[in-house]
Amino acid sequence: MARFAADVPTRGGFSFDLCQRNEMLLKKGNQLPTFRKTGTTIVGLVFEDGVILGADTRATEGPIVADKNCEKIHYMAPNIYCCGAGTAADTEAVTDMVSSQLQLHRYATGRESRVITALTLLKSHLFSYQGHVSAALVLGGVDITGPHLHTVYPHGSTDTLPFATMGSGSLAAMAIFESKFREGLTRDEGIKLVSEAICSGIFNDLGSGSNVDVCVITRGQTEYLRNHQLPNPRTYVSSRGYNFLKGHTEVLSTKITPLKSSKVEAAAEVDEMEE
Amino acid sequence: MDLDLSAPHSLGTTIIGVTYDGGVVLGADSRTSTGMYVANRASDKITQLTDNVYICRSGSAADSQVISDYVRYFLHQHTIQLGQPSTVKVAANLVRLLSYQNKNMLQMGIIVGGWDKYEGGQIYSVPLGGTILKQPFAIGGSGSSYLYGFFDQAWKEGMSKDEAEKLVVKAVSLAIARDGASGGVVRTVIINADGTTRNFYSGDSLPLWHEELEPHNSLLDILSSSSPEPMST
Repeated sequence: MARFAADVPTRGGFSFDLCQRNEMLLKKGNQLPTFRKTGTTIVGLVFEDGVILGADTRATEGPIVADKNCEKIHYMAPNIYCCGAGTAADTEAVTDMVSSQLQLHRYATGRESRVITALTLLKSHLFSYQGHVSAALVLGGVDITGPHLHTVYPHGSTDTLPFATMGSGSLAAMAIFESKFREGLTRDEGIKLVSEAICSGIFNDLGSGSNVDVCVITRGQTEYLRNHQLPNPRTYVSSRGYNFLKGHTEVLSTKITPLKSSKVEAAAEVDEMEE
Repeated sequence: MDLDLSAPHSLGTTIIGVTYDGGVVLGADSRTSTGMYVANRASDKITQLTDNVYICRSGSAADSQVISDYVRYFLHQHTIQLGQPSTVKVAANLVRLLSYQNKNMLQMGIIVGGWDKYEGGQIYSVPLGGTILKQPFAIGGSGSSYLYGFFDQAWKEGMSKDEAEKLVVKAVSLAIARDGASGGVVRTVIINADGTTRNFYSGDSLPLWHEELEPHNSLLDILSSSSPEPMST
C-alpha cells in the first residue's frame, strides 16, 4: 500500500541520490545507458466463451531490436494471463511478483484465483511507485464470476473494457478493433481479429514487429498459441548453411596463456544421508 | 502533435452533482485521456462507495481510483461499527481527510453525492487541495468551466427528479460540445429514499448544439447486423 504522508522511506524503494550527479554527467556529454523497452502492440478482447490476448514479439533497445522473438504474454495463474508493454524488466518483474502472490493466495484460500485479485495487487504496487515502474498491462482471464479484461497503466489506474489495446502500436490496433469488434464473437473470429490487430501494429508501428502470439482463455482451459502467425520470415536463407569450417578464416597470430592451475581437492568423504 | 502515451491517465472530464426535492442526481461524461489519445471512451466516473453514497471522480485517474478504494474500505468498517448506513457527511469528510492530508501527492477533484435519512439528498464538493463545501449543486472537471454561466441561469431550488436529470444531461452535453477533454456518453446516477438508479445516454441520443453536425451513417452500422449495442463495463 502507498506510504501516504510519510517521509522518504529509509530502505527499499527508489533512491534518488544519484540524480544530481547523472544530470551533471549528461550536461558534460555522457549518455545514459538505454534500457530495453518492449515497443509493443498488445491487445485483448472478450468473446463468447472467454478472453483472447494477443501480442507482438519485438523487444527494442532504443533504435535496435534486442530480441526478435520475446514473450510478452506472461503467466499469472492457470486461468489468468497478462500482456505487458513498457520497460521489459518492469513488466517481467511485476507480473512474476503478482503471480507468486496469487499462488500463495491460492494455497491460503484453496480456491481458483480471480482476475480482480490480480488487478488489485498490480494497481496497488504500481500506484505506490507513482509511475516509475513503467509497466502498462492488459490483464485478462476467466474465473468463477466470468470473463474479465482490464488495462493497467503505469500510474496505477485501471479500466475495464470489452476490448483493449496498449503499447506504441495501440492506435493501429485500436483502429482495427473499433471497426470490426462486436460482442459475442466466436473463438475463430476472435483469434482472427486479434491477429489482425497485432499485425496492424507490427506493420504500422516501428516499435512493434516480428511474430504474433495469441492466448485463448476459457472456463477450465487455456491455450497459449506461441508464434500463432509468422508474418516476417527471413527472406533469404543461404542454401549452403551457416557453418564456417576450420581453415576458412586466416589466422594472423596466436598467443596461448595457460590458466593458473589451482588444485581443487577432491570432495572429502561425504557423510551418508541418514533417515 | 503531442501523442504522449506514457503521460499519466487523466480524467479530462465534466462532472456534475445536483440536489432535487427528494434526492440527488450525479452526472458525468465518459472520456479518459492519456495526453491527446482517448484511452477509454466509455469509462464510468461515477463510483459507488456505499448503497446510498456515490462519488464523481475527476483529475488523475490513478489517484481518484485509489482514494475511492480507501474510502469505500473505511466506510464499510464505519457502517459495521455504526450498525446502520453511514451518512453522506461522513463519506464526504473521509474523502476530504485523505485529500487534504495527502494534498502534495494527489491531483483530483471529487463530488460526493448521496441520500441519508437525517439530511436527505446532499452534495459535497472536494476539489484540489482538500476543502469541503456543501452545496445545492456542484460542477467539476475541465468541462465545468463552460457551465458556470449555464447553471447560474438554469438552476432553481426544488426541482423534480426528471427536471434535475434533464438539467444534468443537458449540462454535460453542453460541456462535451465545447471541451476537448470531455466526450463519449453521459452517465447519470439518481439517489433517493427508494434507492439508486443508473442511467445511460449514448452519444447520438444527446441534443446537438450550435454548429454541431448530424451524425452520418458510419461503416459501423453497415458492418454490424443489428444496431450497435452500448459498451458495457
